[in-house]
Amino acid sequence: MSEQLIRTEKLTRHFQIGNAFSRKTLHAVDNANLEINEREIVALAGESGSGKSTIARLLAMVYQPSGGEIYFRGKPLSHLKSRKDVMAYRGEVPMVFQDPFSSLNPAYRVSHGIMRALKLHRPDLTRDQQQAEAERVLEVVGLTPPAEVLDKYPYEFSGGQRQRVGFAQALACRPKLILADEPVSMLDVSIRIGLLNLMANLREQEGVSFLYITHDIASARYVADRLVIMYAGHIVETGPTEEVLGNPKHPYTQLLLSAVPDPRAPLNVTAETDRGEPPKVVNPKPGCRFRWRCPLAVDICTDVTPEPRLLAPRHSAACHVAKQDASLVTLVGAEQDGTE
Amino acid sequence: MSPERPLDGPLLEVRDLTVEYAVARGSVGAVDRVSLNLYPGEFLGIVGESGCGKSTLLFAIAQLLSPPAAITDGSVIFKGRNLVGLTDKQLASSRWQDMSVVMQSAMNAFNPVKTIGAQFKDAIDAHTKWSREKLRERSAEVLKLVGIDPVHVNSYPHQLSGGMRQRAMIAMALLFTPELIIMDEPTSALDVVAQRSLMVQIKELQQKLGFAVIFVTHDMSLVSHFSDRLIVMYAGQVAEDGATRTVFDSPAHPYSKGLLEAFPSIRGPRVHMTGIPGNPPELINPPPGCRFSPRCPAVMPECTEIEPELYPVGDVQVRCLLHQKMPVKKDTAHV
Repeated sequence: MSEQLIRTEKLTRHFQIGNAFSRKTLHAVDNANLEINEREIVALAGESGSGKSTIARLLAMVYQPSGGEIYFRGKPLSHLKSRKDVMAYRGEVPMVFQDPFSSLNPAYRVSHGIMRALKLHRPDLTRDQQQAEAERVLEVVGLTPPAEVLDKYPYEFSGGQRQRVGFAQALACRPKLILADEPVSMLDVSIRIGLLNLMANLREQEGVSFLYITHDIASARYVADRLVIMYAGHIVETGPTEEVLGNPKHPYTQLLLSAVPDPRAPLNVTAETDRGEPPKVVNPKPGCRFRWRCPLAVDICTDVTPEPRLLAPRHSAACHVAKQDASLVTLVGAEQDGTE
Repeated sequence: MSPERPLDGPLLEVRDLTVEYAVARGSVGAVDRVSLNLYPGEFLGIVGESGCGKSTLLFAIAQLLSPPAAITDGSVIFKGRNLVGLTDKQLASSRWQDMSVVMQSAMNAFNPVKTIGAQFKDAIDAHTKWSREKLRERSAEVLKLVGIDPVHVNSYPHQLSGGMRQRAMIAMALLFTPELIIMDEPTSALDVVAQRSLMVQIKELQQKLGFAVIFVTHDMSLVSHFSDRLIVMYAGQVAEDGATRTVFDSPAHPYSKGLLEAFPSIRGPRVHMTGIPGNPPELINPPPGCRFSPRCPAVMPECTEIEPELYPVGDVQVRCLLHQKMPVKKDTAHV
């Protein structure tokens, strides 16, 4: 088992919405416990508005948590006070954005973004070393010849190539963890796989971990070791990717999997269709947030927010109804603490 | 699966439709000699990457192109009438009544300061005079059809969720029960669960009301279970055209094959994929011969010289020299 890189404990982020007369609290993320190990790709999946991007921004220190704590290599982030420490952290945990067309400044050459990252985060390098490093990261992400690429402007690249520039910028900081927020969803289908392969390569060659945020379960399966499913601000299920897909415990995960279009699957248009909508998590009361759409809901779901329980080896779900695997009941016995 | 084809021929007949965009450096052929037939009640899926001309083709069929784009050749025969060259006034009788369009950004296509009902009324008033009762009745009816509570006739768009707005847009397209509904990626802004339920609903409505659908998407797997026929477009041309199941089970064009293999699946073994190398060509200067040849894994020397036509492979039409039955001499290559 590789070493733990980052861990969140009851991570919570609320937003104040409404005007002075009707103050409301939007619960974007509630009590999220998440961990990412070294050289691990974790996919965070869920529908829009479920809080995926908020988690990424919390991890990137763009937002301050409303509650809970993030531990990076065991040290709490709230203790990072000096600008130097924060910069060092941001260099180790950079972000890659969804839209490659607006995340690169069109007025600057490619070299600008990469050199800037190098100047800010690796000031110890000489100019020549910086140049060499910039060329190296471009080569790693597959943009060649690097010396020419550095002198080009973003408009000279296609969407897929721009996204590679985004990865090169992140890589220039010598990161431990890259927060990739829907990095392929704006790209053409035929290009996406290339970027996903790049993420897998970066993990192999550079030893980077990834938090891969996506709503596309199939692509999550393709690259990720572990899958985290979010619903309405709660983490509802986590586990090794194949285990979660093959043996989904939470009814929401089951619904999500049944909705994925798959040309290789047999035709089943008659499958029951869910027309529910995800709830707006404004001033929520306790209880499972999926209960309105849940086919298995029982009385307790209305009153008690389910905590994540370990239901199979390394696989936990926050559901009152989901059954534990028989193998685990005997296995865990006394030390059943459930939260992963 | 395939709908019974009435003897009176196709509802929509597109012949050699060519659309060009005027640009500073000349003109870009966004749609190049596309022909297709659509029969009443048929569900046609059109897939391709961005820039392949699929949306331009839709706009051309619906006569919604505006400069710098223009139809430079071909015809669009809808219910026996050639729509190309008609004035807006002449087209008005077809629009909404016989043919309606649901746009890509349909979620934002509603006027935010008017109620859904008021916007339905606008569309109806443009074509006919209905009493207030009939108007209210029909609005409630179409909303019910798409699974929205009729109380939302008096709602403003912001009071509906994204999926509901998208459904309301489809309801609006159904006001006059048209024979053809053209949809341009109506589900691309929705998440998978909402997307699936909307697709199922479109299919149910189509079976119930019998309209024909042209459905454009970049997500090939999305239409796999819903369309009767599939057209794969590449660089402004039809690359493959055939029954959906056939195209999925045995894609004949290397591009369709590559596109299909570019989707990871949530089932089956986890395999390494490569996608399609390279990028779609710039249409101002398309590659000589087959437009897919620079990216094609099965490229042959003649591919860069001879421009392939559509060749029949069973019931499927394929634009690829691999499926050329007879060796083509130079004189027929440039027909």
